[in-house]
Amino acid sequence: MTASGLSAVGPSARAISLAEVYKSFGMNEVLSGISLTVPAHEVICLIGASGSGKSTLLRCINLLEPIDAGRICLLGQDVTEPDINANLVRRQVGIVFQSYNLFPHMTVLRNVTLAPIKALRTAKGQAEDTARELLARFGLADKQDEYPDRLSGGQQQRVAIVRALAMQPQVMLLDEVTSALDPELVAEVLDVIRELAASGMTMLIATHEMGFARDIASRVCFLEEGRIIEEAPPAELFTDPKDDRTRRFLRRIVEAGRM
Amino acid sequence: MTDNQPGGGTGGSGYGGPTAPSMLSAGVSAGLPMAGSFGTGRGPKLLSGGGGRRATAISTVSTLVVLAALVAIFLAAPGSSQVRHTFFDPHDMWQSFIGDPQKGYYSVGIAIWLNIRMFLAAEVLILILALVIALIRQSTAAVLFPLRVLAMIYVDFFRGVPLLLVVYAVGFGIPALRLAFVSTQSFAVYGVIALTLSYSAYVSEVYRAGLNSVHQSQVAAARSLGLSQGTALRYVILPQAVRNVIPPLLNDFISLQKDTALVGVLGAIEANQAAQIYGSTVFNYSSLTVAAILFLILTIPLARFTDSLIDRDRRRRLAGATR
Repeated sequence: MTASGLSAVGPSARAISLAEVYKSFGMNEVLSGISLTVPAHEVICLIGASGSGKSTLLRCINLLEPIDAGRICLLGQDVTEPDINANLVRRQVGIVFQSYNLFPHMTVLRNVTLAPIKALRTAKGQAEDTARELLARFGLADKQDEYPDRLSGGQQQRVAIVRALAMQPQVMLLDEVTSALDPELVAEVLDVIRELAASGMTMLIATHEMGFARDIASRVCFLEEGRIIEEAPPAELFTDPKDDRTRRFLRRIVEAGRM
Repeated sequence: MTDNQPGGGTGGSGYGGPTAPSMLSAGVSAGLPMAGSFGTGRGPKLLSGGGGRRATAISTVSTLVVLAALVAIFLAAPGSSQVRHTFFDPHDMWQSFIGDPQKGYYSVGIAIWLNIRMFLAAEVLILILALVIALIRQSTAAVLFPLRVLAMIYVDFFRGVPLLLVVYAVGFGIPALRLAFVSTQSFAVYGVIALTLSYSAYVSEVYRAGLNSVHQSQVAAARSLGLSQGTALRYVILPQAVRNVIPPLLNDFISLQKDTALVGVLGAIEANQAAQIYGSTVFNYSSLTVAAILFLILTIPLARFTDSLIDRDRRRRLAGATR
């Protein structure tokens, strides 16, 4: 509980806490009462089949999707109140998407500095210095003047992570950030995330990389049909799952050669 | 016209005989390099039959054959000499180009500047008004519902009514209101207003297509970084949207350049109107040819520029796709 910007909220600092969150798209209920806590400086992984609600959950936390019922607290602040300033909330929560979503008409440097300059009103020179430091830290120093379509998928995804980090968020949400990558490019992105975890970043990660989840997560949540079926430390969940549905899911993963 | 014809006709064959073919042959030689690059360089190769010098030679020869055939048909037509005299008389073309107020006609060469000025003014106004309309139509806020309906009616209306009628309505309607200031402008001003009203409806749809072409994930990425809706639109969405629709935008502006001629019906002395006046004063319509050539000189560079942009964009996409 030493990270700057975290307001004290009880004995164990909760970076994110969700209580009974519901979300539907039309008739289709995607989140059916999700309750979840992410303590500060911990990494929680969400696993589950496609369509189980992992991505929607992350998008709701970032306020990209309004929820139908329930409560989401970020850094001790209820962000589901109607008069909340979504832009201020999002500046503290970085999100990285499966498909990178870099701005194709801007150089790497401009991609990274746009939000600090326009949203935080950071001076251009200062924003660029910070951006260069971050790019160098993740092995992208020589790419700052390239356009995204000249980069490999792994490089683009690392730029997307740097772009989110440039806002100096308290929390990072990673939405299947390696799913769109060629297998040989996955490692470079996972290494970046490992480094972030080692530096104490609070992260909520939706992933299909079970080995990675086992390594990095302090807890793993298995989602199915918009519910958290099972939540446990990875050693327990992967070796001795309690719920039949978790077992079935993990068996399919093993059969597919993904674990 | 009938009085002039016999004498003019013989004079015409003296003048027009050498001129018309030489004009066309100038077109051929100018067309040669383009024929080569068009036949082999551009676009998905739907019609290509080989590459390199052989293809260039074939396209050159086929272009020459086609043009020669067209010239032959033109020259062999029974009314050829009259047509050449009435529309391609070098003397009349020059006279109408420089104009002579003493004899009651205006210079087409000077009148074209009015077209250019109207075009430039209308272009700027259209780009702004059309963007506003497109953004209103794309908005989702409940408060803006009445504006959205208005914008939709506007687009439906001005796309449906012929531009000529809009020119009449604005050019004769607003002065008839006899309001201070707004009713006392020149015909060129009313022309620009009419062009702006009509073209903004089309161009707003082009913008809208551009806005729709930017993937929703770009909005999500921008907003997720804490950028406000306005900032996201300004720096992330609009630049991509506009880039995607530059060719169709320029296409509309090529069309706008020549539609400035419609303002002539109000009595504004633009190129087409000046040419008409020359024709009805001197009874020779070579002035219309002059106006046509001047319009071509304006539109062709813009058309080639549009092509080069499309080409560059295609290369960029291909370069991106290979990574």
